[in-house]
Amino acid sequence: MSTTAAPPPKKLNRIGLEVLNYKGSKTTLCAGCGHNSISERIVECFYELGVEPWRVAKLSGIGCSSKSPAYFLGESHGFNSVHGRMPSVATGTLLANRNLLALGVTGDGDTASIGIGQFMHLVRRNVPMMYIIEDNGVYGLTKGQFSATADVGSTLKTGAPNQLPPFDCCALALKWGATFVARSFSGDKKQLQTILKAAISHKGLCVIDVVSPCVTFNDHDGSTKSYSYVKDHEEMLHELDYVPFYQDISVEIPEGEVTDVELHDGSHLRIRKLERDYNPTDRLAALASLEEAAAKGEVLTGLLYLNTTGPTFIDMLNLVDEPLATLPQSRIRPSQAALDEVMEELR
Amino acid sequence: MSTLEVSPVEPVTRPSGQPVVNDFSIQVATVNGSGSQTANNVLMRTLFQMGIPVSGKNMFPSNIAGLPTWFTIRASKHGYIGRRKEVDFLVAMNPETAREDVLKLESGAAVVYDEPLQLNKLRTDLHFYPVPFDKLVGPVCPEAKLRKLVRNMIYDGVVGWLLSLDMEELRQALVKQFGKRKAKAAELNWGAAQAGYDWAAKTLTKTDPFRAERMNGTAGKIIIDGNSACALGAMFAGVTVVTWYPITPSSSLVETLMGYMKRFRHDPETGKATYAIVQAEDEIASIGMALSAGWAGARSMTATAGPGISLMSEFIGLGYYAELPAVIFDVERVGPSTGLPTRTAQGDLLKNALLSHGDTQHPMFFPSSPEECFTMAQDAFDFAEQFQTPVFLMSDLDLGMNNWMADPFPYPEKAISRGKVLTADDLNRLGGFARYKDIDGDGVGYRTLPGTNHRAASYFTRGSGHNEKAQYTEREDDYVNNMDRLAHKFEVMRRHVPLPVVDSREEARIGFVAAGTSDYAVRECRDQLRAEYSIDSSYLRLLAYPFTESLKDFIRDHERVYVVDQNRDGQLLKLMRLEFEPELIAKLRSVRYYGGLPLDARTITDEVVRQEGQ
Repeated sequence: MSTTAAPPPKKLNRIGLEVLNYKGSKTTLCAGCGHNSISERIVECFYELGVEPWRVAKLSGIGCSSKSPAYFLGESHGFNSVHGRMPSVATGTLLANRNLLALGVTGDGDTASIGIGQFMHLVRRNVPMMYIIEDNGVYGLTKGQFSATADVGSTLKTGAPNQLPPFDCCALALKWGATFVARSFSGDKKQLQTILKAAISHKGLCVIDVVSPCVTFNDHDGSTKSYSYVKDHEEMLHELDYVPFYQDISVEIPEGEVTDVELHDGSHLRIRKLERDYNPTDRLAALASLEEAAAKGEVLTGLLYLNTTGPTFIDMLNLVDEPLATLPQSRIRPSQAALDEVMEELR
Repeated sequence: MSTLEVSPVEPVTRPSGQPVVNDFSIQVATVNGSGSQTANNVLMRTLFQMGIPVSGKNMFPSNIAGLPTWFTIRASKHGYIGRRKEVDFLVAMNPETAREDVLKLESGAAVVYDEPLQLNKLRTDLHFYPVPFDKLVGPVCPEAKLRKLVRNMIYDGVVGWLLSLDMEELRQALVKQFGKRKAKAAELNWGAAQAGYDWAAKTLTKTDPFRAERMNGTAGKIIIDGNSACALGAMFAGVTVVTWYPITPSSSLVETLMGYMKRFRHDPETGKATYAIVQAEDEIASIGMALSAGWAGARSMTATAGPGISLMSEFIGLGYYAELPAVIFDVERVGPSTGLPTRTAQGDLLKNALLSHGDTQHPMFFPSSPEECFTMAQDAFDFAEQFQTPVFLMSDLDLGMNNWMADPFPYPEKAISRGKVLTADDLNRLGGFARYKDIDGDGVGYRTLPGTNHRAASYFTRGSGHNEKAQYTEREDDYVNNMDRLAHKFEVMRRHVPLPVVDSREEARIGFVAAGTSDYAVRECRDQLRAEYSIDSSYLRLLAYPFTESLKDFIRDHERVYVVDQNRDGQLLKLMRLEFEPELIAKLRSVRYYGGLPLDARTITDEVVRQEGQ
């Protein structure tokens, strides 16, 4: 038979877009790079939730991770800016247009080394955005130097050990004001997806530190950011499920096992207990858990902290509802009478 | 001091016995933090209200309290409001500097001083007026802790009598200075001023020739500092995002802006702000926010000074290359490094013109007066969006922080111009766009804003190599094409920047080129050259960089052109040397001042006369 089968109907999401609408250009990162997995998760999440791509602004600094916004959400505006300064770029973007969904992608060098100052101030302001740290403990683009998240004793490819203590970006975010703090692993498809979806639904700063192995410069024995190390040392806090706001949530929740949290946009996060009792609304407990895990050499993953109530930086500025960027002249140039009044005062 | 000649006084430059009316400078020497600013502003305003053209220059230390401060008020019936080096009337309130201040005076000057300082023993060729400030302040100010402040108002009263000031105007100036809410403080200070006046009238014998007389030289004018004028300009330009980091001398620009925006830029119905003002963690963050806000469609700005500009360098390069609009108010101060933070200079010209690594070029606007701060701030916002690039508005400490007599500001006639921004409707019509393609031949591409609801709206902004479609590239031809387009865009700017103000004299063989606050000294210097040396001169005042063709024409038309710089290295002249042909460069001469004080006419005159060989 020579007839060709009709192509299967394209799968569309709830706003009528196919997954292609959420893809970017072809990645130029190394095959097997954890960052590529994260890009794939981002594509899936935004597609599955039916987020309008035009509402998203992708922002990044400099480095392998910061190149990746070109590889997802091709129908969203992107801005690959200056090393370590993406927080200010995200802040300015949101000042101009508060209705954008700001998606920041950065690396451990970009955030914890050159960018630690801007990162801390972003945290302090609770700027409403997703801030994904693709954390591999090493500089890739400059070929394998340590960053400030490398663990004490972990080694470079050359065998040289790191002697300085690491910054734990999650601990810093917890301490100074982020309202959504999570750690995940680029190899854990389900957990990362759920965390990303919950972050899309959250109003406030979401700091998501994703351990994302660098296959070229930091995947060897002696690295604490390699695939095998994380697989062996990952300690999941809980199991997470996400129910988007447009889905029925009437399924009964088993008593004591699962906690249900309603997120800003009406979606729900279901947190299923594993071995430990972990309350992600307890900030001090979260900090303590990170300390304990670090002492044991464990990589603690899951939603470390969630606060659905804090005001964001944009709330504090008491801005008009519309984007400042597109206000018409009549609303941004005061009247002749206003100028006359000022001139009279100065006479 | 014994070698000095004894009075009677023969002022060096003034005919003896003739009163000198409305042509003098008063210098008040105090310590900072003593509250003298109010007394000085009241004095300045009194002269202004009497219709006498006046200027005030505050020379203050980088310190909160306890270091010497000088405030100079110049009254000039001729309308000269630049700094004058010579002091005619010294009010010596600071024991630390009193001796040096008195020794520096020219013969014939008058000195009001605190009696215990016994300054009259230093010289015999001056008019001394000792005042027992401590004795006078007690009765008018029972509260001891306020006496330090109120004391200053006593010299206003004494000077008021000595210069025949209209005391009713002084009272009104005081009320204006304190505002309605501080009526009680105004009352207390008025009592002190009166006490000073009455005491002087009863006790002193006037021997100096200086006198103020009502005239009509300030009708309709306002008094304002350049920073406030820039702030008003930004507000009427429709600024929506302001990000900044405090630094002298620019802080008051944004602080004043906050006050005005609170009054005039909240939605009347909801009370919500049509703007955001954010104090960033440093200048790198403030420019990052300003440029990205510009990227996302805001009319954005930051205000800073030299050290801040240095920090912004990397981002400004991104602004140039990725083509992001923002206005950077640079209120220049003395560098290098921390330099003299509270002194004035024009030392950022060369740096700003070429700021950042790689080949970069940036436009600069040069206002010289509060009116121009107001109008050019608006021009700068339009220009930044029209050309999609960072624009520097170059002010300096003298313009920014001193009070100036100015014409009232005109309400903007032109509509706000947002440049080439494509909407979703445009994209429906066009089908798509290439961000960095030169469609119109002016080097400026079309852009879209994030949040534009159209599939074809998005593009990727980057500081790395990019082609017309904003795609990553390392191709030789893409890079060269893009850089050539940017160079072309800069050439187009040359035809759109504000044109210089030219005063060409037929007979003049020499010309002046200056920018910004050098204007006042240059104008007065030209009068001095004509009156004292019969030298005619032409004058071109630059309003912007890149330079226009008219600058070249001006240089061609003169034998020698003196380029006035307020920096050591002749930066304005060097900028010209970078692009002019040798015949023109050969005609350029340099006049430089870099002592940190506002430029005065005599400094230029003396230097030009020296170079002219007269």
